[in-house]
Amino acid sequence: MGYVAVKGGEEAIAQAGKLLTYQRLKGASDPLEVRQIQEQLYLAVDRVMSEGSLYAPDLAALAFKQAAGDTLEAAFMLRAYRATQPRVGYSLPHKGEEIRIIRRISAAFKDIPGGQVLGPTSDYTLRLLDFELLEDTPRQRQAFLQALGRDLAGTRPLPLTFPKVIDILRKEGLLAEALGNEEGREKIFDITRQSLTFPASRSAALQTMARSETGGLLLLAYTNMRGYGDIHPTVGELRVGYLPVRIEHPQTGAPYTIGEVKVTEAEVIARFTAAEGSPKFTLGYGLCFGHNEIKAIAMAVLDRAMQAPEPRMPSEDQEFVLSHLDGIESLGFGSHWKLPHYVTFQSDLDRLRRAQEAGKKTKPGSGKDNAT
Amino acid sequence: MRLNAWLQDHRRVKKSRDYNFAFINEAAKREIRRKILKAVAIPGYQVPFASPELPVARGWGTGGLQLTLSLIGPEDILKVIDQGCDGSVNAVNIKKFVGQVTGVSTTTDTRQATIIQTRHRIPEEAMTRDQILVLQVPFPEALRTVEPSEAETRRMHGEADYSQMWLYLYEDIVKYGEISIGARYPVTVNGRYIMDPSPIPRWDIPKLHLAETLFLFGAGREKRIYAIPPHTRVEPLEFEDEKFRVEDFPGQACQRCGSSATFLDEIIDEASGARTYLCSDTSHCDKILAQQEEKEVRSCK
Repeated sequence: MGYVAVKGGEEAIAQAGKLLTYQRLKGASDPLEVRQIQEQLYLAVDRVMSEGSLYAPDLAALAFKQAAGDTLEAAFMLRAYRATQPRVGYSLPHKGEEIRIIRRISAAFKDIPGGQVLGPTSDYTLRLLDFELLEDTPRQRQAFLQALGRDLAGTRPLPLTFPKVIDILRKEGLLAEALGNEEGREKIFDITRQSLTFPASRSAALQTMARSETGGLLLLAYTNMRGYGDIHPTVGELRVGYLPVRIEHPQTGAPYTIGEVKVTEAEVIARFTAAEGSPKFTLGYGLCFGHNEIKAIAMAVLDRAMQAPEPRMPSEDQEFVLSHLDGIESLGFGSHWKLPHYVTFQSDLDRLRRAQEAGKKTKPGSGKDNAT
Repeated sequence: MRLNAWLQDHRRVKKSRDYNFAFINEAAKREIRRKILKAVAIPGYQVPFASPELPVARGWGTGGLQLTLSLIGPEDILKVIDQGCDGSVNAVNIKKFVGQVTGVSTTTDTRQATIIQTRHRIPEEAMTRDQILVLQVPFPEALRTVEPSEAETRRMHGEADYSQMWLYLYEDIVKYGEISIGARYPVTVNGRYIMDPSPIPRWDIPKLHLAETLFLFGAGREKRIYAIPPHTRVEPLEFEDEKFRVEDFPGQACQRCGSSATFLDEIIDEASGARTYLCSDTSHCDKILAQQEEKEVRSCK
């Protein structure tokens, strides 16, 4: 009987937990090492760090293992862990120029200062299944690495920094400064300390998007790209690389580099407006943890879309976009419908039965006066 | 308890766990407590708060949990219910979590608890001034039904512009002969703010009115805290000629304890398909049953 099942909650939960662990163990393969995930499934790790909003590759890999490959669940674990950590301080602001590049491209100009650097990308690989990977032997790996080493002889290392493509446009006065840039550093909103209110500042909007769920962000950006909006983005520059993290030295107050984080940065140039005098291109900006180009591009598109003075499309409506992007929130709420709702349903049943009774008394088409 | 003793106890508990006492770090707890004070000072007003993530999913009681965790001390006695039941999976899960990170003792007895966290019900037994009821809230905004934008609903609250809500209720009556809202029935608090009482049945709404107990509402995902302090007027929205009414179970009583004055769960019998009814508040049901048995034993003597 239903009543008994409800009371058995404690035991059922314990057993369900064991069964879940068993699913991971029941195969005959070797246990997956966290380090293997970190090194070989690095894009998943990057995604988990980005959506979990914590730069911790080893913990992200652990979460990914524990969640059996569910990035939403893994990001949730990481985010929950993050919430337990005290805030030690804020890092100093940076410019994208300082990214130590492993990849940078521009779709706006054929030749850019510093050159296009394709870097590690799957863009131009054919999506054919590589059956050799079925037998991923150490010998094959070694052979590949040796060949790669030979190719590298005589190549020049990349410069430490590259100039920004959009600075060319900026110098020529072709680029409008993005709205909301006038906020000083002191005014930077911290979405982990305050809940969003609308209209949200640009810093709040960018933070929200940076930790958003990749699929959700892409979906909303795609609506804009496809036709429910028309910002017509051009990728001014897309960068992947390592950004130094600097803090103020607690004693001297001088900037002090404590490490670096892998990031993807996108700047999209959008259709021009003539809001202030002469027409100028406008800019959308995206930046996220790890190597996740589609997320950075989608973020930049939405950043620009939300600068629309009079929102007409869903992707231009700041409250609509920012309220629905967080994977941890949507995952939680979407799955909470699995919880018992007996009481509310009982309450609804009571209303429905009453309404049906009332409907029987009042024949369709007859006026309210007859409903006594 | 004396402060020193408390601190000692606190440290002992903390040492035995990998996380801070009551999980949330102290700075975040302090923020939540400040927001609770503000909520108590403005009954029915939704106070935004940071709402950090917990290891429990958003939508699964994280708002209530944050309130509980920020208020709980080692000497507290906790009760957690879901749908009125202490043994329901989500209640068990939450109780286990709070137990793990605080080591407090728990109870199923409404009268014994100092803090009760609940989802979708208010216990049948009247609570006292020494207790706090923490309600988990999915939708803190009562006006969301009529207005999707948060910026707009905040304006409406600010200006006490509730005409859309009243119109909605009126149209409901025209369409269905009565208001169709089942649970989550909107109330006016202290004659000012329209408030979502969380998805409790209408049965529980009168318990909020001029109560002895402090009611705290936490919406984790939506990042809002609000409160009904003791002795506050809480009035369900109604018209002069269309009065608010609670659910009724005509001619039905709990099959277990025989109560006809409690909120009942409708149970469908697997074999016969027949409907029977049982108390939604299981610990109250147990208590009534125990009292009856005691009476029987006494009368036998």
